[in-house]
Amino acid sequence: MRTPTLEGRHFIDSLDLSPAEYDSLFSLAERIKGKPEKFSSCCTGRLMATLFYEPSTRTRLSFEAAMLRLGGRVLTVADPATSSVAKGESLADTIRTVASYSDLIVIRHPKEGAARLAALFSPVPLINGGDGAREHPTQTLTDLFTIKTYKGRLDGLTVAFCGDLRYGRTVHSLIKALARHEGMRFILISPEELRLPERVKDEVRALGEGIELAETTRMEDGLAEADVLYMTRIQKERFFNEEDYLRLRDSYVLTREKLSLAKEDLIVMHPLPRVTEIAYEVDEDRRAIYFEQARLGMWARMALIARLLGVA
Amino acid sequence: MLRVDRIELGIVLDHIQAGKGLFIFQKLGLASRGDPTALLMNVPSSKMGRKDMIKVSGALDLDLAMLGLLDPGITVNYIEGGEVIRKLSPGLPQRVVGLIRCKNPRCITTTEGYSPPVFTLVDREKKEYRCYFCGEHVRV
Repeated sequence: MRTPTLEGRHFIDSLDLSPAEYDSLFSLAERIKGKPEKFSSCCTGRLMATLFYEPSTRTRLSFEAAMLRLGGRVLTVADPATSSVAKGESLADTIRTVASYSDLIVIRHPKEGAARLAALFSPVPLINGGDGAREHPTQTLTDLFTIKTYKGRLDGLTVAFCGDLRYGRTVHSLIKALARHEGMRFILISPEELRLPERVKDEVRALGEGIELAETTRMEDGLAEADVLYMTRIQKERFFNEEDYLRLRDSYVLTREKLSLAKEDLIVMHPLPRVTEIAYEVDEDRRAIYFEQARLGMWARMALIARLLGVA
Repeated sequence: MLRVDRIELGIVLDHIQAGKGLFIFQKLGLASRGDPTALLMNVPSSKMGRKDMIKVSGALDLDLAMLGLLDPGITVNYIEGGEVIRKLSPGLPQRVVGLIRCKNPRCITTTEGYSPPVFTLVDREKKEYRCYFCGEHVRV
């Protein structure tokens, strides 16, 4: 079978890649993970620019580590919000300028749809590193690669999402990508105020036949049946009102005791950073794989960068 | 009975929902045209009970997407030599550029005004559109 070509494309939405294209990236990520030295110079002479208009540690470092491990170099604007934007420059002009210096752009922005707008003005591949509460497709790439690695498949799974499902962009991206696989069942655990938006639910239902979506406010209800538990942080930065945040932030805490209700082969995932939603005692449980998930994300991003640049 | 002469060359917008005629007349900027133009309101209609109509003499480049959005039930009759040579119902357009504003305060189009909002039709029955940028659904 021909390898799908991703060269020169943007990656804005988790559905921008077909399941076959994801599979192809997983194969490459697996090869890179097995023999990273074989790929350590495939991006020599290439420059990746990162524009993070929102704070980020993990995603930015993961991208930078990925590019550096491929032998490329990185241009970073540490805080664009206090540089060009402060002078009144539009996003379009920033992108046009940065694209003239680099071969690839990664952008994170607090406004929803920012990456899609930026892509309209970018002659080089542009990757969405998160746009407001909407999408975080490279986290989806990471999450799918992690599930595939640990479960050996992406179909016939019961996946429980827990926490902030309203503003959690990692959830919005991942659930849509998973919905394209057969036999999926989703358990949505959240406070009433932070339920998965209707428009996302509609998209999920439209993506796959016979998808089961169950909603609950109790974490215990979803634990026993889940193959994957996807925990998320209640995000302070997404609330207009701090009182609401304070009321909801400790809605769910996964403890060793609660984990005893779960299957032996459950995997506990988290896009990180974790605040209070997973007790530190859970880290010792072999089902807690979130730090390995972060590492797998780097291999997956290496595969993505290499493919968008057409070097692997 | 009020009578308006037939036109030789032009456009007749028929089946406009009664009461919407003046709004459409204004949106199309017809008051500033030099050619004869008529707005008829509350015209008896066997199909609609009452309807509004607009008759425009002379050539006119219509924005059918906007027309479809303003009143999806409208009929556009193109007249030449006093006869209807083409008839169409624009209906709701599949794609709308710059005519609908996104109501999501977190949408990028609320701050980057140089880029016109783009919407695609997702549900014809509910008259629901989806913002190309943020994915928000709006009803028109």
